[in-house]
Amino acid sequence: MKRRGGRSLPRSTYTNRLQGNVTWAEYCTMELDFSNLFAQFISGLCRAMVLFLMASGLTIVFGVMRVVNFAHGSFYMLGAYLAYSLTQFYASSPSRFWVALIVAPTLVSLVGGLVEYVLLRRIYDKDHLLQILLTYALIFVLGDFIKMFWGVDLRIVSMPAALEGFITFFGNSFPLYYFFIIAIGVLVALSLLFILKITRFGKLMRASAEHREMVEMLGYNVRGIFTVVFMMAAWLGGLAGVVIAPTVRLSLGMDMEIIIECFLVVIIGGLGSIWGALLAALITGELYAFGILVLEKYAMTFIYGLAAVIIILRPAGLLGKQAH
Amino acid sequence: MEKTNRTKLLIGLAVALFSLALPFVLEQCFSQYYVYLTVKIIIWSLFAVSFNLVLGYGGMMSFGHAAFYGTGAYTCALLLARASWPMPAALIAAPFAAAIVGLVIGYFSVRIKGIFYFAVLTLSCSQLVYIVVFKWRSLTLGDDGIQGIPVPSFISTLETYVYCYFFILIVSSLCIYILFKIVRSPFGLILRTIRDNPERATFIGVRISNYKLIAFAISAFFSGVAGALFVLLETSVSPDILKWSVSGEVLLMGLLGGMHVFLGPIIGAAIMVLLNSFVTSYTEYWGLFIGMTFVCIVLFFPEGVGGVVRAKWLACNQRKTF
Repeated sequence: MKRRGGRSLPRSTYTNRLQGNVTWAEYCTMELDFSNLFAQFISGLCRAMVLFLMASGLTIVFGVMRVVNFAHGSFYMLGAYLAYSLTQFYASSPSRFWVALIVAPTLVSLVGGLVEYVLLRRIYDKDHLLQILLTYALIFVLGDFIKMFWGVDLRIVSMPAALEGFITFFGNSFPLYYFFIIAIGVLVALSLLFILKITRFGKLMRASAEHREMVEMLGYNVRGIFTVVFMMAAWLGGLAGVVIAPTVRLSLGMDMEIIIECFLVVIIGGLGSIWGALLAALITGELYAFGILVLEKYAMTFIYGLAAVIIILRPAGLLGKQAH
Repeated sequence: MEKTNRTKLLIGLAVALFSLALPFVLEQCFSQYYVYLTVKIIIWSLFAVSFNLVLGYGGMMSFGHAAFYGTGAYTCALLLARASWPMPAALIAAPFAAAIVGLVIGYFSVRIKGIFYFAVLTLSCSQLVYIVVFKWRSLTLGDDGIQGIPVPSFISTLETYVYCYFFILIVSSLCIYILFKIVRSPFGLILRTIRDNPERATFIGVRISNYKLIAFAISAFFSGVAGALFVLLETSVSPDILKWSVSGEVLLMGLLGGMHVFLGPIIGAAIMVLLNSFVTSYTEYWGLFIGMTFVCIVLFFPEGVGGVVRAKWLACNQRKTF
């Protein structure tokens, strides 16, 4: 790709990106001059929001149910592939992406509910190791189901027509879609704040995280709450998958890629803390976006380095509760 | 007392004769492929037994042992192919490299309390090793892998796997014997104490994290040996060996065979390798199979095959004494 002086993020590059000729990393490092730092900041923000969508689901499930859901990345992948199928199915309709945005996360959340109801429910009172193992097994199972239905080819989801444009400010033009992702992230963060702090269900959620028996004694169906919480987390995972789908090539390895990053985010933020997840997602997203300028191929190592520092200095994470 | 010693000697002799005759019988009656599978079972057995030091005896569920297996393999492969070291030197250097990686990953993983963090960290760190090997094309050739690694002809020949079998059998048996001694030593006892009752272990003055870290490094060391042996068998290596699913497979071997029985993982390794060769010849959905097996073990028999067999055996013995 040739550089064009002055104008950053040339349209052709972006189209290439959509067609899968240029990887995210290459795309992000097209222009390295100082004015592009702002562009880097925006793309980091974008990444951070997707990470937050994922990590919030992971951390809610852990906070309430004390289960680390290893299969969370698989929900993300499932969401993305469902988005592909739905946009293919409604290919003639202009609003196909919006259909996918509504329907795919709902389907994923139903899968999540099924998983919780059929599998996880049986072993809440048993060893924690078994719970981890069960969700770990789901990575294999869901991964192969996706391979069965969609095959091993790379898939591309087309961008919604309304969001194909660019926005120019401070001399840089940004794909409109970036701002859509950021808006979704902010929206989800606000809704989570609302649900947890204000609604009755949110209070119950927090109460069953602290004292499960007490909530049960008050006559609430904690098992039901757990199922709904798990479905909510799966929905968030599916949503993240749909949102990211138009910007990447869908491949079978994407579940592991995202879950590892999510793990690092929750380690940095503190497992079980939603605001820790948000803070850590912002830090990691930006760290990655700027890290790419320094070490293009190994930008992930910065995130690992940060996680290592956090483990040494503050083992419970930035906003996590210190271990009793 | 004398009687048990004689039985032990007889069993030992029988096992030795069996393992001596096995490759020749397999070669004559079946094909080279079965000798190859047997060697693979031996390598995976060593890997699974060393992994079980962490899982069964240390009570730590590591999801990242592929990192050590792969580090051992890549160190051996690079030293042989790039630095043209003699084979014994490479074979000795490989586990040390794996142990160093194990010390680094272990240092961070045992630092935070809680099995969640341990699981998450081991998985993430092993993925980092994978990423580095995958992307460092100038050294590791990336996803092409390293082919045609020069292995001395007394181990690997094109015609037969029998030499390979004996070499790997001897090295693996030696390593498994050392691991057995470690498990039976005071160190192993403390490890089990930590697993069963960490508070009490702290109370009697045991530094838990140190012991866990040492156990983790030892486990990494022997996983590294297994990785190096894998290179001698295959004479090639690719980043697939570092994939997260490899950690899953060895974990499943430990669980399937029974993590509280020392030789349990060997049963698990044998079942898994044979099933793998059987299943993958019919379908490409090996992962689905692994996942389903995991689910069945977790829900229905968490003690594994070895645990079930041992329980039956103990029950039998008890009936005799009454």
